[in-house]
Amino acid sequence: MEQPLHRALGLTDDELEAIRATLGREPNRNELAMYSVMWSEHCSYKSSKIHLRTLPTQGPRVIVGPGQDAGAVDIGDGLAVVFKMESHSHPSAIEPYQGAATGVGGIVRDVLAMGARPIALLDPLMFGPLTEERNRWLFGGVVAGIGGYGNCIGVPTVGGEVRFAAPHSSNPVVNVMCVGIAPANRLVTSAREVHEGSLLVLIGAATGRDGIGGVSVLASRTLEEDATESRPSVQIGDPFAEKLLIETCLELVERDLLEGLQDLGGAGITCAVSESASRAQLGAELRLDSVPLRERGLEPFEILTSESQERMLAIARPERLEDVLAVCERWGLPATVIGRLVPGSTLRVVVGEDTVATVPARSLADEGPVYDRPLSPPSGSDGARGEDPTFETVTVAPGDALLAVLGSPNIASKRWVWEQYDHLVQGGTVVRPGADAAVVRIEGTMKALALATDGNGRFGHLDPYLGAAHAVAEAARNVATVGATPLAITNCLNFGNPERPEVMWEFVESIRGMADACRALGTPVTGGNVSFYNESGNSAIWPTTVVGMLGLIEDYRLLVRPEFSEPGLEIYLLGETHPELGGSEFAEVVLGRVAGRPPTLDLEREAALHRVLVEAAREDLLAASHDCSDGGVAVALAECAIAGNTGFAVSLPGDLPWYVGMFAESASRAVVAVRPDRASSLEALAAGHGVAWSRLGETGGPRMVFDGLFEVSVDEARATYEEAIPRLLGESV
Amino acid sequence: MNGRPRVGVITFPGSLDDRDAVRAVRSMGGVGVPLWHGDRELGGVDAIILPGGFSYGDYLRTGAIARFAPIMEEVRRFADRGGPVLGICNGFQILCEAGMLPGALIRNRQLRFVCRFIHVRVETSLSPITTGLVPGEVLSVPVKHGEGQFVTTEEELARVEAEGLVVLRYCSPDGTLDEACNVNGSRDAIAGVRNATGNVVGLMPHPEHAVDPDVGPTGGQPMLASFLSYALARV
Repeated sequence: MEQPLHRALGLTDDELEAIRATLGREPNRNELAMYSVMWSEHCSYKSSKIHLRTLPTQGPRVIVGPGQDAGAVDIGDGLAVVFKMESHSHPSAIEPYQGAATGVGGIVRDVLAMGARPIALLDPLMFGPLTEERNRWLFGGVVAGIGGYGNCIGVPTVGGEVRFAAPHSSNPVVNVMCVGIAPANRLVTSAREVHEGSLLVLIGAATGRDGIGGVSVLASRTLEEDATESRPSVQIGDPFAEKLLIETCLELVERDLLEGLQDLGGAGITCAVSESASRAQLGAELRLDSVPLRERGLEPFEILTSESQERMLAIARPERLEDVLAVCERWGLPATVIGRLVPGSTLRVVVGEDTVATVPARSLADEGPVYDRPLSPPSGSDGARGEDPTFETVTVAPGDALLAVLGSPNIASKRWVWEQYDHLVQGGTVVRPGADAAVVRIEGTMKALALATDGNGRFGHLDPYLGAAHAVAEAARNVATVGATPLAITNCLNFGNPERPEVMWEFVESIRGMADACRALGTPVTGGNVSFYNESGNSAIWPTTVVGMLGLIEDYRLLVRPEFSEPGLEIYLLGETHPELGGSEFAEVVLGRVAGRPPTLDLEREAALHRVLVEAAREDLLAASHDCSDGGVAVALAECAIAGNTGFAVSLPGDLPWYVGMFAESASRAVVAVRPDRASSLEALAAGHGVAWSRLGETGGPRMVFDGLFEVSVDEARATYEEAIPRLLGESV
Repeated sequence: MNGRPRVGVITFPGSLDDRDAVRAVRSMGGVGVPLWHGDRELGGVDAIILPGGFSYGDYLRTGAIARFAPIMEEVRRFADRGGPVLGICNGFQILCEAGMLPGALIRNRQLRFVCRFIHVRVETSLSPITTGLVPGEVLSVPVKHGEGQFVTTEEELARVEAEGLVVLRYCSPDGTLDEACNVNGSRDAIAGVRNATGNVVGLMPHPEHAVDPDVGPTGGQPMLASFLSYALARV
């Protein structure tokens, strides 16, 4: 039996009823298509909305919080930083190159829609193990797609992270974060006054059949066995058009020719027009025969829901139209008036003389369904999964354990990835990829932004509350280690099917963890994205909260790098190591177990550590500073040594077993190095903030010496660290 | 003459490092003058930079469409009169497509885009970007390209080498030629070449991204300083 149209479009029977009630009649085919995309999980946040409302979103620096294209934060000097993260996991699972490429394009247009120039991209990625051929294909394709698109639009890709875990074999996670900058008084926010009679100008690419129903068919369902049949729902990117779109839109904004600017991404024209009208508290008339088409014979519903890339919708007064079109023409971009804002609240879609859809704009954009879905903890979950690995019998030698962990793809150098990204264009990249946080200078000032993304799927799997809280804490720590004050976050919440109560429980726990951490660390949430349905068959991804952190350095010359760059530096550990190996890289790689509880997290201590790191940087006390998290103290020290090509001799403090001291991933710690004459100042500063410190040893020599345990040459460690991923990809190194 | 040469930087649709080149020229003491691909005049500049990027998306072949831009006729005339012209990355590709420099640039040997600080060795002082340098000097500059493998016919390669048209070669940090340091597999490790008259030069590395010590190595400084003084010497 053929299923009814609304169900084929992803709408439930109840949702159809709600549409009938709104319209007071049966929706026609076009209207049904419009509701199906706008009320999709991807666009309406119907399963997550009530929970997202519990997040802290206010702060003295927040100019624009969640709900608009991207968040905006005041960084002083009349400047605003605009940033947002989004997921493009579903398309990337089907067609990795284009899926990832169009993910970059989409998030760039979100930032552009606020009137900001995109200045940095970061890409948190998760794949299944590289020992499987399909995972290598996905990994290579996604990285090439991010590079292929990002490199061609002149926005540096400065960071991100890459993790590998079995649950991502069928469901890779592809998140993309974009950061932009604009004069605060020139931001294109919904606070701008928009008038009736203003014109809707579609700028950029012609509309085709690509990406029809992408948000409803791809992004809001689980991927089935026949997922490749969804390939026509994946859009194709044209980065050259995107580059022209960036310059065109920025010129339009700079010359103050627009009342509004909206990106066309998920749900295409329907989304852009209904949101524009709804925000302006007006109606709109949309003329579909004015929309430039890539091919003949598109049905109205196809034009309405197409996700053809590289399009923007500008709202301009009729008297500005000539100027607007002239700017577009100079950059070689087609621009067409496709409608106008009208009194009332109705969105009327017209083809020739016929009205093909008549709906309240608000009902599409703002009055979608809201669900309070049932939730329950997974059976047998007491916050710990399986026996804790902390005091297991360990037979491996310490030196072998360190090389095993350094060579694990999660820890190993991601150079293979970031060398495929142009991380230098625009000339502001002061700290390049591979450090704790990327640092991008703001032209014309001494300020710099520190940017980091974090999300630990293992922690999320073992305890979603702690997983999310750790993601915030680690991201904040990452920017603090370079000397930046953490300001605000964006996020991407990657989960399975929300219709399953266990998944919904994981989601709600994660929101709670993120909210608590953001409150304690003073970093409000300015926006984000929820990606559900990351599962196929019965296997969901680990619940993974990915946090994108924005930090600010007032004087970039005082930033601190992770490398041990000279001998004779005193090495300190700030914070304390606890006996907690649950969810650690060591437990997975050496003991073969993902089990136990994630490390505890005391948010007050975490905040105190950040204050010490930022203040120490400001007082120029530190010669090196590195976050101590994945892989523990041993990995942090090794990374400092490898980066600076300088060895060290240390002894680990306390009476913990060697493998706990080396590899426990206790939170709220950093490895720092100081010149001997600054050591007492650092100790006093840490003590003043109640942060525990211990002196580990000093830098120097070609070897990494762990007193009483083992030693290994920096060169050998580097070879293991640098060659792990190329080797897994079968490349000669 | 005020001692500050005016350097035109052409923006083609898809140029990406145009603003960076203008900024670098300014930081080295020149005046950066933005030029537009569709214009037919050069605004009286003393030297021209064709910047990096992906002109027209490089969808056909790198540089193949940009060479037909209206301003390119003026660039050719400027070069024919001996004016200094520097093509960086995509600009190098455009100059090769325009026949103003020997050779061609194809996909990197490893078939991947690469963004990395590398070393190049100066091969001649007889080019606008090496007048202040001596052969054998080693500079650290970044590359960032997917199609930077320099190739040419055997006959042309022999001529390029015999006439000393090679300006820069990829090398190890101490200046020795080592295939492992040949970042894209270029013939004879060629990173930059000049024309026979010595006023037009192209290179794949980005000197404009290596002038600021706060950002990284500064191997681009002596190249751009040479370029500015070369331009000034002609004024």
